[in-house]
Amino acid sequence: MSKLTTRDLNFYYGDFHALKSISLEIPEKKVTAFIGPSGCGKSTLLRTFNQMFALYPDQRATGEVIMNGVNLLSGKQDVSLLRAKIGMVFQKPTPFPMSIYDNIAFGIKLYEQLPRSELDLRVESALTRAALWHEVKDKLNQSGYSLSGGQQQRLCIARGIAIEPEILLLDEPCSALDPISTTKIEELITELKKDYTVVIVTHNMQQAARCSDFTAYMYLGELIEFGKTQKIFVKPDRKETEDYITGRFG
Amino acid sequence: MGNWILGGLSMAAAIFTLAALCGVIIMLGIQAWPSITEFGFSFITNSVWDPPNNVFGAFVPIYGTLITSTIALIIAIPVSFGIALFLTELAPAWLRRPLGTAIELLAAIPSIVYGMWGLLFFSPIFAKYVQTPLMNWTADIPFLNHLFAGAPIGIGLFTAGIILAIMIIPYIASVMRDVFEVVPPLLKESAYGLGCTTWEVIWSVVLPYTKAGAIGGIMLGLGRALGETMAVTFVIGNSNILDGYSLFSMGNSITSVLANEFPEASLTGFHQSALMELGLILFFITCVVLSLSKVMLLRIKKMGGP
Repeated sequence: MSKLTTRDLNFYYGDFHALKSISLEIPEKKVTAFIGPSGCGKSTLLRTFNQMFALYPDQRATGEVIMNGVNLLSGKQDVSLLRAKIGMVFQKPTPFPMSIYDNIAFGIKLYEQLPRSELDLRVESALTRAALWHEVKDKLNQSGYSLSGGQQQRLCIARGIAIEPEILLLDEPCSALDPISTTKIEELITELKKDYTVVIVTHNMQQAARCSDFTAYMYLGELIEFGKTQKIFVKPDRKETEDYITGRFG
Repeated sequence: MGNWILGGLSMAAAIFTLAALCGVIIMLGIQAWPSITEFGFSFITNSVWDPPNNVFGAFVPIYGTLITSTIALIIAIPVSFGIALFLTELAPAWLRRPLGTAIELLAAIPSIVYGMWGLLFFSPIFAKYVQTPLMNWTADIPFLNHLFAGAPIGIGLFTAGIILAIMIIPYIASVMRDVFEVVPPLLKESAYGLGCTTWEVIWSVVLPYTKAGAIGGIMLGLGRALGETMAVTFVIGNSNILDGYSLFSMGNSITSVLANEFPEASLTGFHQSALMELGLILFFITCVVLSLSKVMLLRIKKMGGP
């Protein structure tokens, strides 16, 4: 079943046409990976899902992005509430300048007024699901910046899932991390798809092959091929996809 | 050889600056010494400034300096914050540069012009449209009725504070704008990504992230407010007698006392020496404030990000 659907989605940075008529269906509670060479538009596509581009006046999107039957591009729904339903984690860890506890609690407090004990539970549960609880449970009052890069990134994932989104967007979440932290995040992604629809942008082909169920290959703003990861990596329909995956190009 | 000459010259320039600084401190210290030994600590606490009888207590000007600077900060901090916020987050791109330049140009107005403007234009308006209504409004409110009491003549501590606020706003606002601009876009996007409104992003993420730099900018403005002379001298009223703790009363600041009395200070008594001690105290206060601002600004650089 598809959680998020795009139809004839075009995106422009000023005059630059960055996404060309993208139509795809992102399945619910699966991991979908976007792969492709730098500048192919995969991060841009991710940023149209949560309307992040709306912060910048010269960026605009046309077409449809449909979630739960509603076109998000119609401009009719509250952008803040929409973003609460679509969590996002970025290339680099971006902990907020506050304690580890508050990094998680901050997002929750935006939407719910909970007694301290319940808030504690929510923070613990988010950190546990992000596989970080045991490493930070004794130093929740320390600054988020005191953690290592890999821990910071898991903190950001915990922050994203603490507000119970429906979709989790991961924009090259491991690009700034060492191999051990990367493995942890990948294991985490596999765990997360039990509860969330996960979309991950990655430069790392093995990563896409390891942890995604569906893969979209993009090139120069176009969606070249989309299908089950196994099929894309073993027997793609298009020659361009095969060239990219086998390393003859890109 | 060329390197050696350049090295020598630049070192001489650096040493000269240091020597000038030390020279000023030593000179102030020596000149102030008679007053320091005569009045001791009571110089700071005593509010009688009486040149004919050779008795000097600097409480009134010290109080005046601190209270006008405080008023200036209370007004300038939120206004500067609003300006910086508008320039970095809210203003359309085409407006940012001209508006930013205009605000920086406020700093280019000579302080004596602020003084004349404050005395001749601002204070009559202030007396009529702010002082009088405020006094009427607070007449029955305890504490406030003393804070806003006295004759509505337009000049005094409060007016000086307002003029100072206008003068330091460009400094604080431009530092705040600069530090807001260095907040990584990804950090802001993360906060927006959680569904924050612009205000929540600013208040909970941008401001804590730039706290040290913003405080540094405030200190910079404070340093300037403490040392400002001309504009203050025009509007503060130049009275060495403090009339209760009304903000509308006329007063004096350290700098205005120096500007007014130095030319006619007699050399025989303690008058000139007392003025020197005032200068030393101002030097000390400004030094502490500026060092604090340097430390704050260094700390934000060390934090790595900005």
